[in-house]
Amino acid sequence: MTGARVTASGWGWRHAGRSRPAVSGLDLDIRPGERVLVLGPSGAGKSTLMHALAGVLGDDEDGDETGELLVDGRRPSASRGRVGLVLQDPDSQVVLARVGDDVAFGCENLAVPRAEIWPRVGQALADVGLDLPLRHPTSALSGGQKQRLALAGVLAMRPGLVLLDEPTANLDPEGVVEVRDAVLRSVEASGATLIVIEHRVAVWQHVVDRVIVLDPAGGILADGPTDLVLSAEGERLAAAGVWIPRFPPAPPERKHPSGTSAAEALLRAEGLSVGRVPFARKRAVAVAGDLDLTLVSGTATAITGPNGTGKSTLALTLAGLLTPAGGHLAATDALAAGLGPAPHRWRSRDLLERIGTVFQDPEHQFLAGTVRNELAIGPRALGLGDAVSAERVDALLHRLRLDHLADANPFTLSGGEKRRLSVATVLATRPRLLVLDEPTFGQDSRTWAELVRLLAELLDDGTAVLAVTHDEQFVAALADARLTLAPGDAIGGVSTGSVSSAGASAGSVSPAGPRRRTGTEPS
Amino acid sequence: MSLMTPEIRPSAIARVNPVAKLAVALLISCALMLSIDWVSAAVALALEAVLLAWCGLSARQFWLRTAPVWIAAPFAVLTTVLYGQDSGAVLFGAGFVSVTEGSVALALAIGLRILAIGIPGIVLLATTDPTDLGDGLAQVLRLPARFVLGALAGLRLVGMFIDDWHSLALARRARGVGDGGGLRSRARRFGGLAFALLVLSVRRGSKLATAMEARGFGSDIPRTWARESVFGLRDGLVVAIGAGIAATAITVAVLAGTWHFVLA
Repeated sequence: MTGARVTASGWGWRHAGRSRPAVSGLDLDIRPGERVLVLGPSGAGKSTLMHALAGVLGDDEDGDETGELLVDGRRPSASRGRVGLVLQDPDSQVVLARVGDDVAFGCENLAVPRAEIWPRVGQALADVGLDLPLRHPTSALSGGQKQRLALAGVLAMRPGLVLLDEPTANLDPEGVVEVRDAVLRSVEASGATLIVIEHRVAVWQHVVDRVIVLDPAGGILADGPTDLVLSAEGERLAAAGVWIPRFPPAPPERKHPSGTSAAEALLRAEGLSVGRVPFARKRAVAVAGDLDLTLVSGTATAITGPNGTGKSTLALTLAGLLTPAGGHLAATDALAAGLGPAPHRWRSRDLLERIGTVFQDPEHQFLAGTVRNELAIGPRALGLGDAVSAERVDALLHRLRLDHLADANPFTLSGGEKRRLSVATVLATRPRLLVLDEPTFGQDSRTWAELVRLLAELLDDGTAVLAVTHDEQFVAALADARLTLAPGDAIGGVSTGSVSSAGASAGSVSPAGPRRRTGTEPS
Repeated sequence: MSLMTPEIRPSAIARVNPVAKLAVALLISCALMLSIDWVSAAVALALEAVLLAWCGLSARQFWLRTAPVWIAAPFAVLTTVLYGQDSGAVLFGAGFVSVTEGSVALALAIGLRILAIGIPGIVLLATTDPTDLGDGLAQVLRLPARFVLGALAGLRLVGMFIDDWHSLALARRARGVGDGGGLRSRARRFGGLAFALLVLSVRRGSKLATAMEARGFGSDIPRTWARESVFGLRDGLVVAIGAGIAATAITVAVLAGTWHFVLA
């Protein structure tokens, strides 16, 4: 089977209920077998284009179409199966309960004979590097594994056009390269056309033939060979939030390097093991163990490591939201301020001024109908009074450029706006320790730079920051200490995560050994 | 081990086509719904007990799984004994409460019925993977694929409710509104959580529908099935055994003269 040809002439789409079209005046001709990277600032309609090409944009009720968009000369909805789409959110793409069945699902829908399905499933799983039994439950997969599963499900359909909408945003750095290479191997073998959306240009820059930049005002901003487009448009794209390797966002300036005299320890973990309590069980199952860590005011600590090593669980435990599965975790008097040493025993309201947590998915923590009310929840729970809380809310709205959205529903914001709001809600109560789970995940470079600048200011003011992250640039820009969790660390209880110390030494990990302490304690 | 991928121990009954097991459970339930008497229920229960030997559940698993009916049955018995329709000699009486020969017989019939209907249903669930049941419904009973797969995918989302609920509760704790207050604010918090879960599920459901559509689901071409669901001789035999249990229960009750047709 050969690659599909994509043509568009004057194509546009306006979602029902919106005044402005998401895409308009688009003219395109993509040759069979071409590999194309689609760029553009957020709101340029990249995802809309992908959905349209996959034929899942809906009908007249869902929006208005103008012009013509064709795959192999036919409307995309008439050529399903010819096109395979992998979406951003790995959780909502798993269809069936077992790995093998889920990969087979697309083949079944295309009426592939049974005898041919299972070899395809095996091949697709091998291609994406998902080495699991066919009966493995999909509910036990990590985010990165789910993304590979979704990719395998699409590859098994042997599509002529592969569409990837930020396929690697949720993966660890090794996983990113692995999945990208799996995609390339597969399209190489089948001759399929490939269209990728990705914020991070560096991942795909050297393996695509062509870059197309969408213009938020309609049509195309630039279209041509990768190097040409990136050198001509790079600066403008970078300013619009696209990650261009030659134009990285400026790192923040830290007024006080870490370890100043005012620094004091806030939270200490010794031989800590963390885990969640499975449904209908009493005891937690440890996912990471034997961890030693001290969080110090004015200091940023990064927790890194591959998918599935318990990073998020550790962060939630340190944040006082989960009960430790074992070992010691104690807040110092500086943080506890009159309460007992175990953060998970504190009342919910007592956490507000002590430990603030920003969740990976901002939508999980939205509670109110408007942005303004969302920000006021924390101050109100503290009983701060209307005047003080209004003052804090206004200051935060301004600081995080959310003024114009004060009356909008939090769920209707864009990805970057949601992230800014979720950080702002936590800052409204001025916690001494800030815990963030993948704060820069899926963000464009502008939001990234803002976030990093904001965190740098907080650090200068003496807030301690703990961030779970895959983002090396983030580690390099902010982290004073780093804890790397390795797979299998905990379950056997053998060794601890390795800890590198001091001076934002991104990428350098000190030799692993049991019981190493972060170098962040003032000595 | 989860709702969608239960750990099923290999056993004779686990290997039976889920459709056959479903038929057995339905046959016995329908037969026992036709009458309320203790003989038919007792006979069905005794014959089922013999079949349990092949279901591969350990004693612990069996009691854990069937705990709900063991709790429900005595409660039903007690309330019927005390408040059920009175007839025959009065054995005990005090105010509202009166225990008669009639109410005791009725209570026994109802208690045994709950066990005889509940246990096959639970054993069916405990020895069946939902995916296999879906395959059977679509391939053996020819139910529409759209319906069966939609239900399977939806059921998987239900399995995620527990995790979502947990995450939402943690997020609320972090936002300072996770505890405290009296009964009323507790109830309000619960309502808020439930609504948030609903919003989250609807959003995820619509994304899942898009993902399924993008993989060719819902087109007009008849789909193939990667897993074959075979209804063989053994499965037919199992259905026959189920029909036999139902018929025996009815026959014995009629012969014993206790059969009491509810619609008559």
